[in-house]
Amino acid sequence: MDNRTEHSEGPNGHDNFHERPRLVKGGLTFNDITELVSYHAERKTPKAWFAAFAVASSGAVLLLAMLAYQVYNGVGVWGNNQPVAWGWPIVNFVFWVGIGHAGTLISAILFLFRQQWRTSINRAAEAMTIFAVICALIFPTFHVGRVWAIYWTLPIPNQMEMWPQFKSPLLWDVFAVSSYFLVSLIFWYVGMVPDLATFRDRAKGFFRKRILGFLSLGWTGANRHWRNYEKAYLLLAGLATPLVLSVHSVVSFDFAVSILPGWHTTIFPPYFVAGAIFSGFAMVVTLLVITRKIYSLENLITIDHLEKMNVIILVTGTIVGFAYITEFFMAWYSGLEYEQYAFLNRAFGPYAWAYWIMMTCNLVTPQLFWFKKLRRSIPVMFTLSIFVNIGMWFERFVITITSLHRDFLPSSWGYYTPTMVDVLTFVGTFGLFFTLFLLFLRFIPIVAMAEVKTALPESDPHHYEGDGQVASTRGRDVPYIKPSQGYQSYRGGSQSTPLSDDDENSSAA
Amino acid sequence: MAQIFPKKANLLPLLTLGASAFGFVIAVFLVWYYFSPEFTDVGYRPEQPVEFSHEFHAGQLDMDCRYCHNWVEEASHSNVPATQTCMNCHNQIKTESPKLAPVRESWADDVPIQWVKVHHLPDYARFSHASHVDAGVGCETCHGRIDQMEVVAQSEPLSMGWCLECHRQPELYLRPTDEVTTMGYVQPADFVDRNLEKVRREGIRPPTNCSACHY
Repeated sequence: MDNRTEHSEGPNGHDNFHERPRLVKGGLTFNDITELVSYHAERKTPKAWFAAFAVASSGAVLLLAMLAYQVYNGVGVWGNNQPVAWGWPIVNFVFWVGIGHAGTLISAILFLFRQQWRTSINRAAEAMTIFAVICALIFPTFHVGRVWAIYWTLPIPNQMEMWPQFKSPLLWDVFAVSSYFLVSLIFWYVGMVPDLATFRDRAKGFFRKRILGFLSLGWTGANRHWRNYEKAYLLLAGLATPLVLSVHSVVSFDFAVSILPGWHTTIFPPYFVAGAIFSGFAMVVTLLVITRKIYSLENLITIDHLEKMNVIILVTGTIVGFAYITEFFMAWYSGLEYEQYAFLNRAFGPYAWAYWIMMTCNLVTPQLFWFKKLRRSIPVMFTLSIFVNIGMWFERFVITITSLHRDFLPSSWGYYTPTMVDVLTFVGTFGLFFTLFLLFLRFIPIVAMAEVKTALPESDPHHYEGDGQVASTRGRDVPYIKPSQGYQSYRGGSQSTPLSDDDENSSAA
Repeated sequence: MAQIFPKKANLLPLLTLGASAFGFVIAVFLVWYYFSPEFTDVGYRPEQPVEFSHEFHAGQLDMDCRYCHNWVEEASHSNVPATQTCMNCHNQIKTESPKLAPVRESWADDVPIQWVKVHHLPDYARFSHASHVDAGVGCETCHGRIDQMEVVAQSEPLSMGWCLECHRQPELYLRPTDEVTTMGYVQPADFVDRNLEKVRREGIRPPTNCSACHY
């Protein structure tokens, strides 16, 4: 077998950077990628999808029921009390916004850093962002006592001659999260236009052709289209990057701007952003591990991709751990008894259990990713990614509730217990999230085909020798991972070299 | 690539733009005008249990407003006169009038007349008539030409923005205190200067903070 791995001499004698470990395994051609991705949106809806959709949408209905119940009866149906006026709704809001941050990080920041491995995961990650932000927006909308007056937070000229208070970080939240949602949506859509055009060109049905034709905005893939498209994408990536960093900073200001010991900390903005990326990447790993298996995308979303995400989880997890230790140090160093007590209360008070869950899940478990064997193991990363999200939920819980329930005046100390409505609302947001995610999997090109194709060696002009011949046999050397189902009929099935699970774990190049 | 849409689909972007612009304008008009108190509240004219005519009593008979609404200079609430006030005259005037039957019934049975309130401010906004009347805000400024109203209607929106306009620039609306109940009062040419002088002299400082009305 011709071993075309790292930094081999290229056909023209130069050291081709793209000869590094291939981002796409199995020597898929341009056509293979199109077939592989389109297959899932074009075939008949599988029964398993309907089953999953039924479960997810019942969760969404549960969410609606809980919100209706809460609006009708008042916010008192939640467990919030006087010292702890921010309970699960805010915890969940920060949790979901945090989840959403990985998507834009993958699509914008990694784009600016020219990380081509983002190409096969960015579509799903951005979808995750948008759905997570939708789930997040529910909480600031409904945790107010009077949801029908919430339009007062918008600066609209009105007959009251009244404007919102621009000093409040809760108002900044309105702007931050809504512009984050809009920019993410536009970014996602712009990235999707060439792929929608591919779908359009393959469409058979009358309506499918026209709907896709409408959505792909007359994309022909002309040179001029591509030049403008790339510029627009770069600009959007440049705009989305400060958004990612600022949106969660703004969310952290909700806490950091207050005077509460345990909240009033200057470390919050970067620490929250790191936590957001940490939890967001964990969610991406959770989702993609399942998706790549069910949708036979192992050749596009390879173990190398997952490993890179795990490295980011490790890095951001360590930043978060560093922040935990810094907070503790600063509490001691401040010499302020309230601050010191707030942190002693976290570690040894009535919510110590939550604190130690957070510490274990966020500080300890990601450190397992130092071991290459563990960060390339699907079961390990799946378990760990779920642990990370449990830990990150508890981080927000610990910050919000332990700081509130015991603050300056001992006479206003309390204890917060969530009610069933709190729990079911949170469960319901998962229902909504997966409802939207399943719709995405069904109807939208789940991998950015056009972008993945640019990561193929064939799209490099140096791939061909001077006489126009292909430099070498297409990378048959890289083991082809046999899809678990479906699409291989498109490939003719003959050239593939089936790969066992062991190979998958050792195919690092 | 096959042609999917006919050539006239080229109009679609233009139509989309036009429709969005139109939609925006419509939304602005709907929300700014049709949902505002200026449209929804002004002109509210409910039917009253007694066909009381301000046009006759205040206009033709030239009664002073304070004959009936006699607490307006002292109390926050400007009272609706009790049946007693009506009967001061109507125990001798038009005693047989069928229009006045409910008043006589009220007097005989000791049951108040169920007048319908026209100028209705929500309970979270406290308004004091006395402080306005004593500072020189005329009845007409807020209630319109009551002396020409057969049936009372709301003539101003009573919205917060409408209140604040006067609180921010009272000199445009004040009048001498002895002209407060005059209907059809015409401001003299230099009224802004006079009013500014009045504001300085009397120390009128219309509040624009929350606690003034909303406590």
